[in-house]
Amino acid sequence: MQEPMHECKHNPGFMRDTLVPQVGIITDIRTETPDVKTFRVEAPNGGKLFEHMPGQCAMVCAPGIGEAMFSITSSPTNKLYQEFSIKRCGVLTEHLHSLKAGDEILVRGPYGNNFPVETELKGQNLLFIAGGIALAPLRSVINYCLDNRENYGDIDIVYGSRSADDLVQRKEIEEVWSKIPGVNVHLTIDRPQEGWDGHVGFVPSYLQELAFDTNRTAILCGPPIMIKFCLQGLKEMGFAMEQVYTTLELRMKCGVGKCGRCNIGTKYVCKDGPVFRFDQVDALPNEY
Amino acid sequence: MYKIKKENLNALYAAIAAVNDLFLPVKAAGQTNFGLYTENAEVDIDTLKTVKSGKDIFFPQSETLYQVRREEGKFAIAGEAPRQTPFVVFGIRGCDVKALAVLDKVFLSDPIDSYYAARRQMGTIVSLACGKPATSCFCKVFGVDCAEPEGDVVTWLVGEELYWQPKTKKGEQLTEKLTSLLEKADEAAVEAEQAAIRAIVEKLPYANLSLDKWGAAAADANFDSPIWEELYKPCLACGTCTFVCPTCQCYDIKDYTTGNGIQRYRCWDSCMYSDFTMMAHGNNRTSQMQRFRQRFMHKLAYFPANNQGMFSCVGCGRCVDKCPSHLNIVKVIKAFEKEGV
Repeated sequence: MQEPMHECKHNPGFMRDTLVPQVGIITDIRTETPDVKTFRVEAPNGGKLFEHMPGQCAMVCAPGIGEAMFSITSSPTNKLYQEFSIKRCGVLTEHLHSLKAGDEILVRGPYGNNFPVETELKGQNLLFIAGGIALAPLRSVINYCLDNRENYGDIDIVYGSRSADDLVQRKEIEEVWSKIPGVNVHLTIDRPQEGWDGHVGFVPSYLQELAFDTNRTAILCGPPIMIKFCLQGLKEMGFAMEQVYTTLELRMKCGVGKCGRCNIGTKYVCKDGPVFRFDQVDALPNEY
Repeated sequence: MYKIKKENLNALYAAIAAVNDLFLPVKAAGQTNFGLYTENAEVDIDTLKTVKSGKDIFFPQSETLYQVRREEGKFAIAGEAPRQTPFVVFGIRGCDVKALAVLDKVFLSDPIDSYYAARRQMGTIVSLACGKPATSCFCKVFGVDCAEPEGDVVTWLVGEELYWQPKTKKGEQLTEKLTSLLEKADEAAVEAEQAAIRAIVEKLPYANLSLDKWGAAAADANFDSPIWEELYKPCLACGTCTFVCPTCQCYDIKDYTTGNGIQRYRCWDSCMYSDFTMMAHGNNRTSQMQRFRQRFMHKLAYFPANNQGMFSCVGCGRCVDKCPSHLNIVKVIKAFEKEGV
């Protein structure tokens, strides 16, 4: 549970509210795809701004431009910095993409719950299924599990995007993940492309071709249409909804369950989520 | 129990205001709303309902959270200090006081909102019983007794006297500072007034609305009801109901550019607006029916589900008075009363 307030460095004498951010320095920017960049963020004096767990999010703010919730894509096992993989798709993200290493942003968090890496997922075979930018929230879990390899069984990662150029973290996938024993990476792209000798086709159909047994826990994230068909596939393979996790995303302003906009029925995605099991998702009204 | 002559109330206000900020109903431009007492303020405690509720005093329509300045290319953040000086709210009605208990559930739950918490801590509430409840009132339905409101001090206006009863330590501390203006009184006049008020309340048109179809169980039961599809139609999505509502707590956080930096402020927002949930990736409430349903489901089902059955409505009736389409929470409750599951 996060501290409700912490002492404010700039204005001693009162405690800083959770809505007040910290300054973060962008120390590195990697161009992942034509519209996705990964930003490495550190505290002004080095090190991480805060500790987090896989699946948690943070509010990233460019003063005068906007503030929005992003999943923290780096694993907490990374002790040096935090990373955000951000797709350019609106006013704030457009601005973030224009920044350079050395520029400052404001960050507050972490917010929300996390994937149960130390409880339900422990000792399990894991099946990660992601589409496009949705690898970002899963990457923190994947790297956490890979850094604590002995705590988890076989790991399968099914990841697809529109084209080979749209695969996020391709270098890490090919140079790190694919080489770890017991880890199988299954990449796919929507349409054939010169220079691509991997699988071609949408993620849900590839998932069915791969025909996994149900002796594993699935973690699924992607665009709504992909989620819908992947879930259908998993059900056909015999998976129970209690075996499938996802992470949701709705518009947020506060991040702490008070501004009133990210609720689905009685649940606030910022505070009760963003991580949900599908049996929990199924119990919510159809408004997400 | 104490009392003071109505004609001496100005002296009472001045005595309070000499020590603390005093917020009370003030008439300006033909409308009565809570405002800061000044010598020239036209205090109006006879109007039953201020246009906006007392919510403003604890959760202002707009407030700065922090400032960011750019100094030599670096950001410097200066957080706004939460309120540190005591203040008094005078003349707030029972429904609006109950609304603070609703807002407490939101802002004082973990993580505590320090701006709201400081105001709650610093504020002394002097409530005023409702001598003449209006036909649009239905606070009784939500457990409010407007003849005996909550508050640090409770007051009753009976004829030309204001009766004054401290209820809490804060209320006693305030009373001690005012003893030269207050005289001892017995309860008889207040008891008679309370009986008269309760007799009026019993006969109000909405006094016996049934909440049987609402509460935590309604979160599932009423969501897919076809009633919403008809009910929402007159809604103009103007958001008036949310701004006059004492329990609506949705807020936005925005920037005001100052030249060499920004002021980041929060302000009231409304779930009735089409861009309320819109983000780059999509919008999960695209129709006015969905937004209308969200507002009432939140007040009557989701909020009770998350807060031990407490409704997020106090029956002040402002939405009944102010909606330009004559659409309000009473209509919603009645629609489900007749046809609900």
